[in-house]
Amino acid sequence: MRSILTLSLVFSTIRLATPLVWAAIGGLYSERSGVINIALEGLMLAGAFTAAAVTFYTHSAWAGVGAAMLAAAFFALLLAVTCIRFKANAVVAGTGINILFLGLPAVLSGALFLSSGSTPQVPREELLPTLSQLLPIAPQWRILTDVSVISFLALLIVGLTSYVLNSTPFGLRLRSVGENPEAADAAGIRVNRIRYIGVVLSGVLAGVGGAYLSIGQSSLFTRNMTAGRGFIALAALIFGKWRPVQTMLACVLFGFADALTIQMQGVVKLPSGEDVPVQFIQMIPYIVTIVVLAGFIGQSRAPGALGVPYDKES
Amino acid sequence: MKVLRDLRFPLIAVLCAFLVGAVIVVLVGDSPIETYRLLLGSAFSWPDGIGYTLFFATPLIFTGLAVAVALRGGLLNIGAEGQLYVAAFATAWIGITFANLPAVLLVPMCCVGGVAAGALWAAIPGILKARFGSHEVINTIMLNFVAVALVGYLTQYHYRIPGDPIMETAPIGSGAHIARLGAFIPGLPARIPLNVAFLLALLSCWLVYVLLWKTKWGYEIRATGQNPAAAEYGGVSIRKEIVLTMAISGALAGMVGINEVLGYRYRYYDGFSDNYGFTGIAVALLGRNHPFGVIVAALLFAVLQRGGVPVDAFTQLVSKDIVLILQALVILFVAAEAMFRRPVGSRQSAVGSGQVAGDKI
Repeated sequence: MRSILTLSLVFSTIRLATPLVWAAIGGLYSERSGVINIALEGLMLAGAFTAAAVTFYTHSAWAGVGAAMLAAAFFALLLAVTCIRFKANAVVAGTGINILFLGLPAVLSGALFLSSGSTPQVPREELLPTLSQLLPIAPQWRILTDVSVISFLALLIVGLTSYVLNSTPFGLRLRSVGENPEAADAAGIRVNRIRYIGVVLSGVLAGVGGAYLSIGQSSLFTRNMTAGRGFIALAALIFGKWRPVQTMLACVLFGFADALTIQMQGVVKLPSGEDVPVQFIQMIPYIVTIVVLAGFIGQSRAPGALGVPYDKES
Repeated sequence: MKVLRDLRFPLIAVLCAFLVGAVIVVLVGDSPIETYRLLLGSAFSWPDGIGYTLFFATPLIFTGLAVAVALRGGLLNIGAEGQLYVAAFATAWIGITFANLPAVLLVPMCCVGGVAAGALWAAIPGILKARFGSHEVINTIMLNFVAVALVGYLTQYHYRIPGDPIMETAPIGSGAHIARLGAFIPGLPARIPLNVAFLLALLSCWLVYVLLWKTKWGYEIRATGQNPAAAEYGGVSIRKEIVLTMAISGALAGMVGINEVLGYRYRYYDGFSDNYGFTGIAVALLGRNHPFGVIVAALLFAVLQRGGVPVDAFTQLVSKDIVLILQALVILFVAAEAMFRRPVGSRQSAVGSGQVAGDKI
C-alpha cells in the first residue's frame, strides 16, 4: 500500500478547506447575531457565478471577487430584510435563497453565454493567483507557497474575526444581540441594525468562498458547483461551537476528509480488492455534526437568541 | 368568506413571484408573455399535458403533505429529500429481494416497507430532538446528505447489475408493478407514467385532514405545534409528539417511492428526485399547511414543471430553470407575508416566526 499521507494531501486539504472557512466564518457573523443562516449554499453559488462571469468580462480576478462579494451581500441583504423586517422564518427564507441559486445562474448563463448552466472558461493566467505568483520567493521554497491567496486570506479573516468578536465594541454588540436581544436593546444597542450587518457580512464572506470555487480552484462556474459545501460550512460552524478558530479547525478536518477521499480513489483497496466506498467518507461531516449537536462530544451551545426574531413591542 | 381570506396571501405571493419572474425574463431578453404562455399553457393538453402534470404533482403532494404535517406539529422538516430517497430504495429493495411473490403480497409489502423506512429515517431527528434537544432543521439537513450517500453506496456496490454504467438497481419483480391510470382511462396512453400512486396521494390528503382535525392524535399534534407549553400542561407528552409527528411526516415523504419505483421506473434510480423534498416546502407553505391547499399548490408547481419542457425547447434565451426561480420566489414571498399586511407591526406571520423558530438549535 502506497503511503497516502503526502505533501499533496496537505495542499489538497488546504484547497478544499478554503471555501468552507470563508462560508463558515460568514455564517458565524450571521448566527452570532441571532439569525440562522442556512442560505450559505445559495450565497456561495451567487459568489461563484458572479466571480466567473465578471472575471470573464473584465479579465480581472480581483474584480470578480469584488463583484462576488457585492452580489452575495445583496442577496444576504434580501434574506435579512425578509427575516428581520418581514419576520419570515429564516430557515424557510434561506431555503428559498438556496433554490433561487439553483435556477438563477442557469438562466443567466443561458442568456449571457448561451450555455445551460456554466460560464465560459477563464484563462489560467487570469485566475486568482497563488502566493508564489505574487511574492518573490526562491524556487526551492515555492512548494510551500503554492497555495491560493484566498487560502492565505482565509487565515487572516479567522484571526480578524476572532479579534473583532472578542475585543471590539462591535463584536460585543454582535454577541449580545445574539444572546439576549432584550438586554442589548435596554443597553441602547439597535438590535436589528446589528443583525442586518451580521447577515450582510455573512454574504460578503460566503461570496468570497464561492468566488474561490469558480475562479480559484476551478476556472469556470458549473451548475450547483458548491455541491453541499454551504451545508458542510454550516456543519463546521456548529462543530466549531460558533467560535472562529474552532470553526476553522472543523473546516480543515472536513477538508481533510474530502482530500483523503480523493487520494484514496483507486489507490487504497479493501481486502476484497474493491475500492473503499467513498460514500462513507463523504458522510463524516454530517454524522459528526449530528453527534456533536446531540451533545456526545462536548456541548455545542448555540447563541441564546438564535432563530428568535426580535420585536421591540413584545 | 374565510376561504377567500385564506387564499388572499398565497395568491398575492404567487402573483408577486410571477411579476418578479417576468422582470427576470425581460432582463434576460425574452418575452414574458410568451414564456408564461408556454409555462402555463402546455399543462392542459390532453392526454400528454394533463397526464404528465398529474404525474409530476404526485410526489409534490406527498412531500408537501410531509412538510405540512410537520409544520402543524411545530417542526420544520427540511429532510423530506433524504427520507424519500431512503424510502424509495427500501421499496425497490423489497421489490428485488422478494421478486417472485405474487402482486397481492408484494405490492403491499413494498408500500409498507418503503413508508416504514421513510418514517424511521425521519424519526431519527425526532428522537434526537426529543431526547437531546438538538434542532431538527440541522439534523434533517445533515441526514439528507447521509441518506444520499447511503443509498448511493448500496446502489453502486450491492444492487447494481454488474456492468451497468447507470447508477440504478436491478429491476423489481413484475409482481410489484402498480397499474398506470392509462389502463382505466380511455384515451390516456400507457406510456404516460401517471399511476395509481396519484390516487393514493389524493387519499393521503384526505387521511391527513381526518388525522389532524378529526382525531385526538391530530389534535395533540396541532396543540403541540401551537403552544408546546400549554399542550404539555394539558397532558400531552411533547417528546412523544415530536417523534410521532416526524415519523408521520417521513412516512408521507416516503410514499414518493411508490410513485417512482412501483409506478414509473420499476427500479431504484439514483438521484431521481428533482428536488421534490425542497419543493415540498414551497408546496406546504403555499397550501397554508392544509391538505387541500397542498393539492392546489402541488398542481401549480407541477404545471410549471411540465411547462419547463416547452420553455426549454421554444424560447430563445430563457431556460426551464426559470421554474426554479419562480419556486424560490414563491417561497420568499410566502415566507415574507407580513410584507402584504398593513400595518407591518401586526404580529402574525406566515409560518409563524413563533411556531417553529421559537426553539433553539
